Amino acid sequence: MSTTTATSATAPTSPEPSGLGRRRTGSLVWHVSALLVLVVVLYPVVWVIGASFKPSKEIVGSLELFPTEPIVANFKGLADGIADIPIATFFQNSLFYALGAVVGILVSCSLTAYAFARIRFAGRNLMFSLMIGTLLLPYHVLLIPQYVMFQKLELINTYVPLLIGKYLATEAFFVFLMVQFMRNLPKELDEAARLDGCGHLRIYWSIILPLCRPALITSAIFTFINAWNDFMGPLIYLNEPGNYTVSLGMMMFMDQEGVANYGGMIAMSLVALLPVLVFFLAFQRYLIDGMATSGLKG
Amino acid sequence: MTLVKESPAVVKASPAPPAAARRRGRRENLAGYLFMSPWIVGFLLLTAGPMVASLYFAFTDYNLFSSPKWVGLDNFTRMFDDSRWQKSVEVTAKYVVIGTPLKLLLALGVALLLAQSRRGQAFYRAAFYAPSLIGASVSIALVWRALFSDDAIVDRSLRLFGVEIGGWVGDPGWVLYCLVALTVWQFGAPMVIFLAGLKQVPRELYEAAEVDGAGPLRRFWYITLPMISPVVFFNVLLETIHSFQIFGSAYVISPNGNCGPADAVLVYTCYLYQKGFDEAQMGFASAMAWMLLLAVALVTAVLFWSQKKWVHYEEDAR
Repeated sequence: MSTTTATSATAPTSPEPSGLGRRRTGSLVWHVSALLVLVVVLYPVVWVIGASFKPSKEIVGSLELFPTEPIVANFKGLADGIADIPIATFFQNSLFYALGAVVGILVSCSLTAYAFARIRFAGRNLMFSLMIGTLLLPYHVLLIPQYVMFQKLELINTYVPLLIGKYLATEAFFVFLMVQFMRNLPKELDEAARLDGCGHLRIYWSIILPLCRPALITSAIFTFINAWNDFMGPLIYLNEPGNYTVSLGMMMFMDQEGVANYGGMIAMSLVALLPVLVFFLAFQRYLIDGMATSGLKG
Repeated sequence: MTLVKESPAVVKASPAPPAAARRRGRRENLAGYLFMSPWIVGFLLLTAGPMVASLYFAFTDYNLFSSPKWVGLDNFTRMFDDSRWQKSVEVTAKYVVIGTPLKLLLALGVALLLAQSRRGQAFYRAAFYAPSLIGASVSIALVWRALFSDDAIVDRSLRLFGVEIGGWVGDPGWVLYCLVALTVWQFGAPMVIFLAGLKQVPRELYEAAEVDGAGPLRRFWYITLPMISPVVFFNVLLETIHSFQIFGSAYVISPNGNCGPADAVLVYTCYLYQKGFDEAQMGFASAMAWMLLLAVALVTAVLFWSQKKWVHYEEDAR
């Protein structure tokens, strides 16, 4: 990051033609403003890293970002678990939820998107409108009846209510993203394949899916992060601490020893953020491009 | 199978044997429904069915253990008389009306800034986007509580300017703004969309305007804004709908998850949750959900209606 800012003097600036001096000041103003926003945006993330190495008592009061004498006691304390449940259990549960969601979204949404983008069937336009409609539907309208249904089926405190929608393509955003992507692939591909005697399943599997890799990666990462961060779903459907995801585990932590073990809680916050931050650093291109296209074609 | 070689457009026009064309159409229909089957099942089972059920529950007294009892409009009249419901509407309205414009203005401002220069743009864009991914997590809500507590960084920084607030989180007058700040901090997602829109504005337009002597402000008002109005519309629509439904951050930011102190962050969905899952008033909660749906539908309708007046789609693009 320091290299990009250091070479600022030669940066091409605003589209207005202006003197060299004005361009330099413009560039300077640009970088100062961008850096200022950067400091505010990243402060909380940097803060949580620094704070997790401080003793509990110093976390809120001290203004230093990083402690002069960093300690690892907060992290060591996590090994004791929360309410006799090892931290690893929460992470396993979250991982199970997130990976299960990713598989479901990839399979169900790509099948649906293929039908919308590549097959002409009666009622397609109607179904497409319904699908877009669900994009705007507040989830809370479905919350109570779905809960009642899963309660009658005795599926409370399992991951079925959290995952089943992912396997039934109810996340319209990802269907939409994949439809947009598939529509842009040349039609000739399908026609050529059909000449060779391929059916839809073959075309979907051997031609369209491999070409859709960017859209699939974007959907997978978003799904993973959403499931990892999900709070309301687990809060409603999981009620036994052994089944808790990381989000719920942290809430329990806070309720039980939040004040006494503040450092431990901050350390846990950092550990819980890590998978998302790692995914972000590795795949930020896919995420940002996915966001950008969803907006442009909406 | 003779039809296979022809493109679909030709199939329609050619005097092919109608039976074969029909057969092919039927095969396509079958394939379509097979591929769509997960979505169709999901739509019926998890969306359409629950919507009907929810509408029915809204007119009943239902506590999950005895069967629903029809009470007519009772839930709705009780709702309007309920002071906590009124409070939740007020809190949510404040949150939407203050938070969403601030977030979008910041997103647009920063997008305009980043669009000025290519160097460093990718880095800043990525860094500014990061909060949108982690902002909804419990971790960040807890961090937020710490940053806005008494004597912490926000409090101390404001004191430098002579503003004495103390801890925002424990203060009924300020805790909502702590939540608003958390939303505004996640301006990266709409910013990315604005930035993509700005990239598509043809440069010739600016050059022509400059020849005509238009300054930066007029260029922004007469060229940039109309040209990116579709993405503005998209962002306003999505961000507004989303902020109506805020739940997790409000729940976590308030101590004990009670959306307090003094119901200061009792957002609509938090109250819905309390009614449905703490008090098992499933009928009342369903009625609340339908009021939320109506509010969201109304806002969506107004936005779609108003877009005729201010959103410019390019002729050939639509």
